[in-house]
Amino acid sequence: MTGNNLTNKKISLSPSALYGWLGDRIFAYGIFILGFIVIFTTIAMAVSLYFSGTEAISKFGFFGFMTGRVWDAAISMEFGTWPFIVGTLVTSLAALALSFLPAVAIAIFTAEYAPKWLGYIIENLVNLIAAVPSVVIGIWGIFIFTPWVRDSVYMPVYLWSLENAPTLTPILGNPAGYGMLTATIILTIMIIPFTTALACDSFRMVPKEQREAASALGATKWEVIRMAVIPYSRGGILAGAMLSLGRAIGETMAVAMLIGNKNTLPFTIFGPGSTMASVIVNEFREAVENIHLASLMAVGFYLFLISLVVNLVAAWIQRKYAITGGRAV
Amino acid sequence: MNNEPSNENKIRLETIDLSVFYGQNPGVKNVSLQIFDKQVTAFIGPSGCGKTTFLRALNRMHDLTRGARVTGKALIDGTDIYDPKIDPVTIRRKIGMVFQKPTPFPTMSIYDNVVAGLKLVGIKNKSLLDEVCERSLRQSALWEEVKDRLKTPGGSLSGGQQQRLSIARALAVEPEVLLMDEPTSSLDPQSTNRIEELIGELKHQVTIIIVTHNMQQASRVSDNTAFFYIGNLIEFNKTTKIFTNPDQKRTEEYITGQFG
Ligand SMILES: Nc1ncnc2c1ncn2[C@@H]1O[C@H](COP(=O)(O)OP(=O)(O)O)[C@@H](O)[C@H]1O
Ligand SMILES: [Mg+2]
Repeated sequence: MTGNNLTNKKISLSPSALYGWLGDRIFAYGIFILGFIVIFTTIAMAVSLYFSGTEAISKFGFFGFMTGRVWDAAISMEFGTWPFIVGTLVTSLAALALSFLPAVAIAIFTAEYAPKWLGYIIENLVNLIAAVPSVVIGIWGIFIFTPWVRDSVYMPVYLWSLENAPTLTPILGNPAGYGMLTATIILTIMIIPFTTALACDSFRMVPKEQREAASALGATKWEVIRMAVIPYSRGGILAGAMLSLGRAIGETMAVAMLIGNKNTLPFTIFGPGSTMASVIVNEFREAVENIHLASLMAVGFYLFLISLVVNLVAAWIQRKYAITGGRAV
Repeated sequence: MNNEPSNENKIRLETIDLSVFYGQNPGVKNVSLQIFDKQVTAFIGPSGCGKTTFLRALNRMHDLTRGARVTGKALIDGTDIYDPKIDPVTIRRKIGMVFQKPTPFPTMSIYDNVVAGLKLVGIKNKSLLDEVCERSLRQSALWEEVKDRLKTPGGSLSGGQQQRLSIARALAVEPEVLLMDEPTSSLDPQSTNRIEELIGELKHQVTIIIVTHNMQQASRVSDNTAFFYIGNLIEFNKTTKIFTNPDQKRTEEYITGQFG
């Protein structure tokens, strides 16, 4: 009798009163506070970067600084971030383009074709690449990869172009080993795991009904993958690609060690270049002039903006292409 | 196609002592059964008795299930379906299937869903595809509802529409045998009616097997009925006989609603 009354009372409580239960309330507040801290930290970071960089941004202008092509910390003290924006976008987009198909192919093999034990090994190896500190990849690049790629790829191509296609030579640029292409290749290797991991996960989440429907139509194994598995996973694959792009844009140490650090356009294919992240890590120690330091901070602010845009686009793509409950929305 | 009346009892599909195991557990045990050409055969029986399991053995769907194992023989026109030399893909092109749950490809348009099987075999002729698309959608009673939005994704349809789309997709490839696993369980009465009519129209061209737990449906659409119970085939007979004067006591108990 009493029990019944209690139940009725609980049921008749309004929804907001239900949160009156202490546990629920603590949990709700906890979540709210954590979420608030995350959002606050992010905004605070952006704002403080902006204010640390105001000296440069107000001197050269918001767009003037962004599109300025001169970065001279020695004499004129004129600063513009355009070369680094170009360096960042070119290396990261090229790395994304180079990594995308191999990464998806690895995922298809791992999730669909390889026997379980082999798939497990491959997946762990790929994840290991992501776990290696980038300074280690950088030092491997300096001592092993760069000399090798210089001697067996860049030099032969360069010499060939000198003889056969001299118009190409200035585009190829100095085949010293350190440069845009080396940085791009290393970035490619470094970002493959992110696309692969997300693609693998989404392949495994394709409902077995979808695979069976394709099989029942007379699809071969590969046709099932093309017809049912990949379309269903496209949201996950694209999310992985965007995550990879974000990593490439932000990758600092390995790129700074391998890109050759040249601060003025034009960049060439083999020749040295710079990215937003690499110029910051290379110069912050030597920035004695206030305007130089402020300019580096401003570069950081613009890098933050670019990453923000990439993340927003990623979220949008994921929403657009996600498939929920058998519906493409 | 030779349509002599002597075809009446031509055996299209036959199983001999067919069993399917999930790990150690049998899903169906030692089923021997003949499916006659261009007739409708219904599988009935209480839920979990092995109807789906047996049906899936007929187009080698169990190949895709980890841990499932088929023993015994299944023959189509005398050829062993499980012959290691035979590619399951060729079997499935002959023996189409409609699943209990609607399974449109959600990112493909309605049109592409319907002609997906044709594209698999390399048919690219646009006017042929258009024609097959319209015919199949009309057969599955979906045409009027979707003819103005063939380009929208298959996933944007309602559940019942998705099921009729799945049926159209299976029909588009003109299978010789069509396996239907409770095809109308997600449909409203009107669409169910239409699908039952369709079965009646199709049986002059196609051999149809339909799983159903709706006994009225079985008696309405089928020529022969197989009654399964706990993994065993209890009785296989003419539908009229099963529903009026079954040989087995358990069949009678089931159709008179004493259990199930
Ligand atoms: N994939 C599976 N793995 C293990 N057991 C299964 C699987 N599918 C079905 N079974 C079992 O096989 C038996 C027959 O199931 P099913 O053929 O689906 O019955 P029905 O279609 O007649 O309802 C049931 O006991 C069921 O639990
Ligand atoms: Mg079933």
